Amino acid sequence: MYDDLITRLTAGDRRALARMVSLIENGAPGSQEALARLHALGGHAHIIGVTGSPGAGKSTLVMQLVRELRRRAARVAIIAVDPTSPFTGGAILGDRIRMQDIGGDPNVYIRSMASRGSVGGLSSATRDAVRVLDAAAFDHIIIETVGAGQAEVEIVRAAQSIVVVTVPGMGDDIQALKAGILEIADCFCVNKADRPGADGAVAELRMLLSLDTGRDKAAWKPPIVKTIAATGEGVPALADALANHIAFLRASGQLVERGERQARSEILALLYQALLARVDATIGPDRFAAVVREVAARENDPYSAARAMEQQLGL
Amino acid sequence: MAEQTSLDATPQTQVAPTARKIRVLVAKPGLDGHDRGAKVIARALRDGGMEVIYTGIRQTPAMIVEAAIQEDVDAILLSILSGAHMAIFPKIMDLLRGQGATDILVMAGGILPDEDIPAIEAMGIKGNFGPGTSTQDIVAYVRANVPPERMAQPLPPLQTLGTPPTDATEQA
Repeated sequence: MYDDLITRLTAGDRRALARMVSLIENGAPGSQEALARLHALGGHAHIIGVTGSPGAGKSTLVMQLVRELRRRAARVAIIAVDPTSPFTGGAILGDRIRMQDIGGDPNVYIRSMASRGSVGGLSSATRDAVRVLDAAAFDHIIIETVGAGQAEVEIVRAAQSIVVVTVPGMGDDIQALKAGILEIADCFCVNKADRPGADGAVAELRMLLSLDTGRDKAAWKPPIVKTIAATGEGVPALADALANHIAFLRASGQLVERGERQARSEILALLYQALLARVDATIGPDRFAAVVREVAARENDPYSAARAMEQQLGL
Repeated sequence: MAEQTSLDATPQTQVAPTARKIRVLVAKPGLDGHDRGAKVIARALRDGGMEVIYTGIRQTPAMIVEAAIQEDVDAILLSILSGAHMAIFPKIMDLLRGQGATDILVMAGGILPDEDIPAIEAMGIKGNFGPGTSTQDIVAYVRANVPPERMAQPLPPLQTLGTPPTDATEQA
C-alpha cells in the first residue's frame, strides 16, 4: 500500500509528499506500514525545533533561517504547528503568511499542522510528519511549535536542536527561572533585538545559564544569539550556532543518545496505546467505568482494581 | 528508572485518535488589500471544525497553487474584490491542472458580477459567494462538496515531477 506515493515522494514529488503527510495525520489505514518503510529511509536530516512565546517572531525567524540555509544550498522542510480550537476542533493556520518569500522555492516545503487536541506545543502526528520529510531527503527539517509558555516541552521528543526564542521585555528574571522551556534550549535567540532591553535580556539569560548546575560540565553550552527577524540580522549567526550544535552532538555521541531517547518514548507511547486498546477490548468501557465508580466511592481501591485488571489481561 | 518510564509512557499527546479534518486554503489573489471578508470566512470555517490555512493578501496564482499542493488542502476559497477575477481565475485553474490537482474543490467569493458567473462556473469554480451570503451557508457548502473519500483516491501522475508552478509559464 502507498508504494507509489513513497516512490514519488522520495523522488521529490511534492504532491505525493503532501498526501502522505495527510494520510498519516489522519491515521489512514495502512499508514503504519508506510511509516515503517519511511523510517528505514530516513535518519539523515538535521531536525531543528523552534519554540517560544506567541508573538516572539518564530515564523518570521524560521523564514529567515530557511533563507540563510538555502544560501548554504540546503533543502529545507518546515512543519508549522498552530493550535486547534478546543471548542470547535477547527484551526486557523497562519504561519505561511510570514513565509511567503520562500513559498515558491522548489527546495523548500512548508506544511501547516493543527495541534488537534495535543498539548505541549506539537500535534501527535508531528513526529510522523518529520519521518515522511526525512525520507524525502530534506537536509533540515524545522518544526515551529505552537506559541509556547513555560512548560510546553514536547519538542524535545521530536527535534535534535532546539531554539528557544524570546524577546526583550517579556518579564523579570523570575519568569525565566521557572522550569521547563529554558531547560530544553540548545540555543537561545533574543529576537526583536532592536528593541530596548535586548542586551539586558541577553545578560539575564547568561546569568541564568551560569546558575544552571544541572547541566553537565562537558555538555553543550547554549549560545545566545541576538536576531532581528524582520531584517534577517543575526540569522547567519543562528545558522552557525545550529551547525555547531549538530556537529557537537555527532562528535560527542549525544546524537545517538537523543535518538534513542526519542525512540524509547515513541515505543512506550505506542505500547501504552496498545494497552489501552487491550483494556477496551478485554475489559470493556462499561466494566471499566463501573470499576472507576467503585474506586471513587471507596468500595474498592485503585491498586486492587488495577491488579484485578492485570490478571484479566493476562499481564 | 521506573519513574521516568511512567512519565515517558504517558506523553501528553495521547488524547484522542486524530480524525479526518477538512483542510481549506483561504487565499486572496490579486492586488486588492481588503481581507476582512476573507478573515471572517476563515473564522467561520474554523468554527465549523475545519483547518483553515490563510495565506494573506496579494497572492499570485502560482503562490496559491503551490500552497494548496504543499498543504494538501481539500478546498480552495478565493476571495477577490478587485475585478481581476477573469484574468486570475483561469491561471489558477490551469496551474492546478498542470499539477494534477483537479480533485481540489475550488470556490470563489467577493465581488463577482452576475454576467461573469457562467464563465467562472465553466472554469470549474464553484460557490461564487456574493455579498450577503451567510457564513453558515459557506461552511455547509464546503462540507457538502468535499468528497469524503478524496484521500483514498490515487494521485494523478504529474506531468513534470515536483516542479512547482510558476506564474511566468502561464502568461501566454
